[in-house]
Amino acid sequence: MEQSWKRAKAIFAIILGPPLAWLMLFFLIPLAIVWVYSFGTNVGLTEIAFTGTFSNYARAIEPLYVGIFLKSVGVAGLTTLLCLIVGFPVALAITFAPDRLKAWLILLVMLPFWTNLLIRTYALIAVLRTEGYVNLSLGWLWTHASGLMTMVGLSPLTRFEPLELLHNNFAVVFGLVYVHLPFMVLPLYSALDRLDRSLLEASLDLGAGHIRTMMMVVVPLALPGIASGILITFIPALGAYLTPDLLGGPDSQMIANIIERQFKRANDWPFGAALSFLLMYMTFIAIALQAMLAKRKTEAGS
Amino acid sequence: MSKRSLRSASGPLEYLRRWPLQAWLVMVGLFLYAPLLTLMAFSFNDSKRNIVWKGFTLKYYEKVLQNDSLIAAFGNSLTIAAISTLISVILGAMAALVLWRFKFKGKTVLDGAMALPIVVPEICMGVAMLVFFAKVMPWPTGLPWPLNLGAIIIAHVSFSFPFVAVVVRARLASFNRELEEAAKDLGAGEFMTIRDVLIPHMQPSLIAGALLAFTLSLDDFVITFFTSGPDTVTFPVKVYSMVRFSVTPEVNAASTILIVFTVILTALAIRLQGAAAVAGGHAPDASSK
Repeated sequence: MEQSWKRAKAIFAIILGPPLAWLMLFFLIPLAIVWVYSFGTNVGLTEIAFTGTFSNYARAIEPLYVGIFLKSVGVAGLTTLLCLIVGFPVALAITFAPDRLKAWLILLVMLPFWTNLLIRTYALIAVLRTEGYVNLSLGWLWTHASGLMTMVGLSPLTRFEPLELLHNNFAVVFGLVYVHLPFMVLPLYSALDRLDRSLLEASLDLGAGHIRTMMMVVVPLALPGIASGILITFIPALGAYLTPDLLGGPDSQMIANIIERQFKRANDWPFGAALSFLLMYMTFIAIALQAMLAKRKTEAGS
Repeated sequence: MSKRSLRSASGPLEYLRRWPLQAWLVMVGLFLYAPLLTLMAFSFNDSKRNIVWKGFTLKYYEKVLQNDSLIAAFGNSLTIAAISTLISVILGAMAALVLWRFKFKGKTVLDGAMALPIVVPEICMGVAMLVFFAKVMPWPTGLPWPLNLGAIIIAHVSFSFPFVAVVVRARLASFNRELEEAAKDLGAGEFMTIRDVLIPHMQPSLIAGALLAFTLSLDDFVITFFTSGPDTVTFPVKVYSMVRFSVTPEVNAASTILIVFTVILTALAIRLQGAAAVAGGHAPDASSK
C-alpha cells in the first residue's frame, strides 16, 4: 500500500523537494509570467507594464488571427486524418505480424521518429523543391515519354513544367504527416494488440468480409486507442512551428509562427503571450474532450 | 480455438500475408525512408547543385569537419544532452518514487502539474523560457564553457524529466510491495530500502528514461531556439540557419553524421535491452521470450 507521508517525513521531503522545486521554478513560474504578460501592455522597448487589460485577447479575435487559428486547426485536423488513414493499416499489419517481426516493424516506424526533426524536414525540402528529386524524376519520365511518343509518330509533349511542391499548404500537410505518423501508429497498435482475436474470427466465420469486420468489429473496439492516437497526433500538429516555417509559403503560417514572430521580430510580448495561452487553452480543450469521450465510453461499456 | 487458427499456415487473421497490406507497408516504408536515404546518398555526391549524381566524394565531410562552428554546435548539443539527461533521470526517478510511494495532500495536483510539460505545446514552453531567462533569471553571459549552456540545460531538464518520471513509474507499478516490507522486517531503514530494493528494481526504466531524455534533448529545436544566444548554438539551431540559407551537400553530410549517430545509439540500446524494449515496450510478447 501507499504509505502516508507522515510516517517517513524526512525521506518524503528529500525525494519530493528537488523535482517539485524544479517544476515550480523552471516551469510553472515561467508559464505564470507569460500568463501575467498576456494582460500587460508594451511601454517602451523592453518594458512591459501589467495593466490587467484584455486588449491582447481582443486583438487575438480579430478576423486575421481567428483565420490563422482556424487554419491551424484545419491543417492539424487534416494531418491527423491522413495519419489515421495511412497509419491504421500499418498498425494492423504490426498487430498480426509474427512476434519476431513485430518488434522490428515497430522499430522501423520509430527510427525516423528518433531522427532529428530538423533533418527530417530538411530531407523533405530536398525531395519536394522545384529542382528536387520528385520533380527531377517526373521530368525524366516526361522527356522519355515524350521521346517514346515521337518514336511511335505522335506529337511530342509540351515542355515539362516542374510542380510547385514546396512553400505551400500541400508541403506543410505533407511534412506534418511525415513527422507525426509514428505518433499515430503506436497508440493504434497498442489498442489493436489488446483486441480479443476470437471476436474477429467469429465475425469472419459468420460471413462478414474483412472490410466489414474492420468497420463493424475492430474499429468500435479499438475506439479508445484511436481517440488517443488522434489526440497524440493532433496536439503537436496544432502547435507545429518548424514544418510550416520551413516548408510553408507566406500563406501557410500557423499559430506557432505568429507567436514566434511576436517574441523574436515584432517584439510584442504581451500579444504573443496572449496567443500562447490561447493555443494552450485549445490544447487543454482537446485533451478534456478526449477524456470525456473516453469516460463516456467506459461508462457505456460497464 | 483462436490460438490454433493463429498457428495454422495462413490463418484468416494473418494480414501480413495479404498483398494489399504488404504493398501498403512498402509504400509507407518508402514514404518514411526514401527522403532520409536520398539525403544520405547525396551527401557523397560530387556536385554542388546536388541533384544529379556526378560521382562519389567525401569532400563535403571534410568541409563539415573543418567547419568549426558546426563542430562546436555539435559538441554543445552532446554536452547539453549528457548533462540534462543526468539531471532528468535523477529528478524523474525522484518524482516517480514520491508519487508511487506516498499518500499526501495535493498528490493529484502534482500529478497533473507533472503532465503539463508533456502536453504543453513546445512553442509555449519556449516562449516561457525566453521570458524567464530574459526577465527573471538572466543567465550570466561570458561564462566559460560549458557553464554558458546553463539556460538551455535547465530548459531541457524541464521538458525531459516528466517523461523520465512516466517511464519509471510504469516500471514501479510492477514492483511487489511485499519485498519492501520484507526489507523493513529484516531491519532496513527507509533509505536502505530505497537504495537496495527499489532502485535495483527501477534500473531498466532508468536506462530507458535516460535514452529517452537524451534523444529528446538532442532532437529539440524549438525550445532551444528560444533559449540559445549567439555563442550557445546547438546542432539543430545551427542546421536551421544553414537550411534557411540553402540546400547544400554540406548540410547533407552533417545530417548524415547525426543520422548515423542516432542509428548507433539505437543499436546500442537494442543490444542493452532487446528490440522489443527499445520499441517502447509495445511488444510484450516478444520481450517475454
